[in-house]
Formats: sequence, C-alpha cells, structure tokens
Amino acid sequence: MQALFSHRLAVPLVIAALVVALSFALPSSFYLRVAALVWISALAVIGLNLLMGYAGQVSLGHAGFFGLGAYAVAVLPAQFSLHPLLAALAGALVCGLIAFAVGRPILKLKGHYLAVATLGFGILIAMAISNESWLTGGPDGMPVSRMTLFGWRVRGAETWYWITGGLLVVGAWIAVNLVASPTGRALRALHDSEVAARVAGIDVARYKVRVFVISAVYASVAGSSLALVNGFVTPETANFLHSIELVTMVVVGGMGSILGSVAGAAILVVLPQLLTTFHEYEHMLLGLMMMVIMIVLRSGIVPSLAALFQRRRK
Amino acid sequence: MTNLKTCLGGAALLAGAAMFAGTATAADTIKIGASLAVTGPASFLGDPEAKTLELYVDKINKDGGVNGKQLELIVYDDGGNANNARTFATRLVEDDGIVAMVGGSTTGATMAMVPVFEDAGIPFISLAGAVVIIDPVKEFTFKTPHTDRMACEKIFTDMKARGIAKIGMISGTGGFGKSMRGQCLDVVGSYGIEVVADETYGPKDSDMTPQLTNIKSAEGLQAVINPGFGQGPAIVTRNYRQLGIEVPLYQSHGVASKSFIDLAGDAAEGVRLPASALLVAEKLPDSDPQKAVVLGYKTAYEEATGQPVSTFGGHAYDGLMILVEAMKRAGSEDPAAIRDEIEKTSGFMGTAGVVNMSADDHLGLDLSAFRMLEIKDGDWALVE
Repeated sequence: MQALFSHRLAVPLVIAALVVALSFALPSSFYLRVAALVWISALAVIGLNLLMGYAGQVSLGHAGFFGLGAYAVAVLPAQFSLHPLLAALAGALVCGLIAFAVGRPILKLKGHYLAVATLGFGILIAMAISNESWLTGGPDGMPVSRMTLFGWRVRGAETWYWITGGLLVVGAWIAVNLVASPTGRALRALHDSEVAARVAGIDVARYKVRVFVISAVYASVAGSSLALVNGFVTPETANFLHSIELVTMVVVGGMGSILGSVAGAAILVVLPQLLTTFHEYEHMLLGLMMMVIMIVLRSGIVPSLAALFQRRRK
Repeated sequence: MTNLKTCLGGAALLAGAAMFAGTATAADTIKIGASLAVTGPASFLGDPEAKTLELYVDKINKDGGVNGKQLELIVYDDGGNANNARTFATRLVEDDGIVAMVGGSTTGATMAMVPVFEDAGIPFISLAGAVVIIDPVKEFTFKTPHTDRMACEKIFTDMKARGIAKIGMISGTGGFGKSMRGQCLDVVGSYGIEVVADETYGPKDSDMTPQLTNIKSAEGLQAVINPGFGQGPAIVTRNYRQLGIEVPLYQSHGVASKSFIDLAGDAAEGVRLPASALLVAEKLPDSDPQKAVVLGYKTAYEEATGQPVSTFGGHAYDGLMILVEAMKRAGSEDPAAIRDEIEKTSGFMGTAGVVNMSADDHLGLDLSAFRMLEIKDGDWALVE
C-alpha cells in the first residue's frame, strides 16, 4: 500500500478514478458542469501549487495568466479565424513567454515584495483586458465560438466533463513527474533555503523562472478550457479576486500536494453551490468554514488528513 | 490511500445528497428563476431587482397566484460574475426545473446565460442594458431596460430640436460609458450632428479639467454629452462649471438618481438627461397613462423596503409582470407557450414605458419610454 501510494502513477490514477466514478454518480448536466468547473480550477491550482507549494514563491496575479488563456480562445478565432485548439496553444505559449520575460526581475523579490509585484502584474493584465474593448469587448466580455473537432461541434456538459477531466489527469501526471524529477528536488531545496540550494550548486534564478513559466502555462490552459466550456468570457476571469481564489484553493487544499489542489478547488467551487439555500448567510458561512478548515487542518486538507492517518497507523 | 479515496468520494456524495435535499418541492407551483448580482460591484442593480421580484411574487401569490397556482421564485446571487451566472442558469434549468427566467443584472452575465436558455427552450427576460442581448433577436431571449442606443437617440432628438449640430463627448471608460459612447457614435450621423471632440476618462479619475479644456477649445462647440456612470459624471459636471463652459451639458440615464444631484451640487443646474418616468413619478401630469403604474410601483417598493426606488428595480417589475401576463394569456406553464405569448406582448404599460413586442423586436420600447429631464433648483423637472 505504502509503495503504491508513493508510486508516480498513484496520484493521476486516483484523480482518473474519481473522474470516472463521479461520471456515474452525477445525475444531471448541472452536476457535470460543476464537476467540470472543479477540474478546470484544479488544473490552474496544480500549476500554482508547483510555484507556491513546491518552490515556495507566491503569486497573487495568476488570474492574469488564466484570463490571457481565456481571451486567447475568444480573440484569436474571432480576429484571425484560428482554430480554438491552436488559439489555446498560442495562449499557453504567450503566457509562457510573458512569464519568462517578467519572471526574472519579479522572482528576485522575496516575500511581501514578490506578492506585491505579482499582484501588480495581474492587475495590469486585467486592466488591459477590460480597457481594450475593440479587441476584447471590454467589461461586458465577448462570445467564444464553439469548437469544432473533425467536423463535430464540441458541446454539452458531459463532453466537457470528460475533456476537462482528461486535461486534469494529464496535468496531474506531468506535475507528479516534475516533482519527482531533479527539477522538483531543486525546487524543494530552494523552498527550504535559497542559500543552501545555491551552495549545493542549484541555479536558483533559473529554476524559479522555470516553475513560474510552467505554472503560467497551467493557468492559461485552464483559462482556455473555461472560456470554451462557457462560450463567453468576461474580464472577471483575470481579476484580482480570482487570483485570490486560486491562492485560497492552494492553501485550503494543501501546499505541495497535487491531490490537495483538487480538494481545494472542489471545496471552493462546490461550497457556494451548497450554501445558496442559506441566502444572506452564504458568504458568512463560506468564510466561517474556511477559517475552521484552516484552524483544524493547519497544513491544508490533504496533507493534514494524510498525516493524521499515518499517525493512527503507528 | 484507500482512506483518502473514500474520504474524497464520501465528500462528493455528501455534497450531492445535500444538493438534492434542497430541491425537493411541491409540484403545484410555477417555478420562476432569477440569477442576479445581489452582492458585489453590480449590487446596485441586483439588490433592488431581487427585492422587487420577491415583493411582487408575494403580492401575486396573496392575490391567488397565476392560473390558480402559486408562483415559486428561486433567486441565486451571481455577484455579477458571468461564470457563476452560467452555472446558476444550468442549475435553474436542470435541477430546479423552472418554466421561465427573469434576470441577469449585467450584460456579461446575461450573454453567458443566453445559450443555456436557448438550448433548453425556456423564456429568459434579461434586466441588463446592452443592445447585443436582443440584437440579433434570439428565440427565447427578451429584455426590459432601454438600450444605450435609445438614450443616445433621445438626447440627439432633443439636441436637434434645440438646433444643436456640433457636440463634444466626454465618456467614462467603464462598461456603461464605453458601450454608450459606441452606440452614440453609431447613430449620431443620422441626426445631422457632428462630434467635434471625443475625450475619455477612467472610472477612478478625480479631475477631468484637461479633457474638458480640449473640448472647450473645439471649433463651433454647441453642446457636450457625458456617457458615464457613478461619480465620474458628477466630477465632469463640477469641472464643466469651473471652466465656465456655457453650452448645454447632457448627462446619460446612468446618473438618473438623486445622489448625482447631491454630488454635483449647484453645478448640476440646467443639466439635461434622459431618464425613466419612475424618477419623476409624482411630477407626471395626471393624464399621463404611465403615472398610475410608476407611482404604484414606487409607493409599494418604498413602503416595503424603506429605500428610495431605482429604475433597476423597475426593470425587474416590468420583466415579472410581462411574464405573468404572458402566462395568464397562455393559460399553461409550458415554456414554449409562454415564450410565444411574451413575444405577443402589446400595449403593456411598465415602469420603462409601453412595451410592444414582436418577432423581430424582443424589447418593444420606443423613444417615448425615455423622458427628457432638466435639473432645476436641485430637483428633476420634465422638459417636454
């Protein structure tokens, strides 16, 4: 059992099993849509978790990349009649390049300074999106044309459930492999102590930029899928509150845990749907539950529970 | 590991069960859905809309309901977020089983929801402003608020009557100002009016003197329009007077609230703007066919909530009433039948004006829906 858990394929397999099992359990396309939203958020959160949980660098502007990915599949097909898949690819490429360009100066900063710099970066992208209305439709947003694959229009909650679920499994698989690679070890080393990492011969700046680029690409792909699922994008996808939501998902689910990323995304997407019955108290209850989770399960849901089970076993 | 898996699975099942529990309801009610921006930056729209819907659904139910059945209103708060709105729309259709939908406070939220209702074949009356919602016409989508284009046309009609041919524009860059600026530039040509200066300002700017100075120096300037929302127009109005610009200033329907007069103070004197009759309910002549409706709504809303009436709540009133009358005419709760009857709405007197819908007009308002107001002695006065 222990050996199985530590195997590289374990985490992606658990997620794949979850996707398959839930497809039988969920009764209507509303539930499938909520689940698809969980998979999309989880994908972005896994990317952010690589940056925050493994490399120990915070980003308060990740929704910027998410928004760029979303607008790529909205704008490029509309302006240049590019296929949405190519547009998503282009979006990911652009996000990667931007992350590479801004990563080096920004990631020299530490702690609060890094937080503020990434925050500013995210706000810049959000402002650009909502101001350049000739291109992006401005604050009212713009429609995304439906994707056609091999002459077949991709639509319907169930189709998107499987596509986004598949993306998540692939994303988790890549992340797990990355973490287990020398890069992953280098990231954890610089998380613990940058000085020690440097002494051990790790090019700290290079690894930081590398993980920043990777996490930006994750966010961009997630943004593209959300835009394609919704068929409509608005600047909110890129705004500051969304960045905070992504960070909250990382922290609640558990820093440095791929499964935690899925759990964090699931909680923040599903809870508001459950709490609608409480009307005015909805936001209060949501806040309260977050606080309780953080107080009781201090290192996030998945790591805390895993530690608990391990202690029990001993 | 198995533990972990069971844990996650259990949580998901629990979640599913809880969602189910919330949806079990009696079968002999007519379910109407609404997804509104009750909280968040657009709550000035969603809050009066939600209150209005709740107030009038209660009233209708007390009076015996519709077609002998009680109405059941299901309101979700999308916070003005298009993604949330889309999820709630799916939920209302798939899970709550509504027969008709009112609301969508913002254009973004509305546009994100449109495909859900078009696919499901459920009539959807939006409460958002932009003209894209109903142009091109979509089979199941309607809306009640006037469009920006109509506000522009109303202003230009008034200008033409005053012999104004050269104007300056100073527009906010928020969603409202941006959209209205585009619409005004679109229609200005057909009124023989020329835009000689076109400036913009950001939503948080605190001084518009430079832009207004540019406008002031434009050759042959005869009037200025300020499409904008929030505090920007009040600042423009103050700066306008400080610079001593003498030509008439037109504001948009976006500032049609008492707080604009309060913010702009004396500078607001003489400013003209198009607005809904709701704003001047008491001042309408008794012969005005709209007076009874707007005064009735205003009194009911202010009594029930203790807050001043807003045009946005009025849009929700119009939407609900159009829907209820259509259901009465249809005599059933079949969404397709309701849709057909909504499209046949004619001569309906709402807070926004007379509504005459048709197969190629899912708004049904004409320019008479707007009243041209002028600010006199710190209060609204009817121009016409």
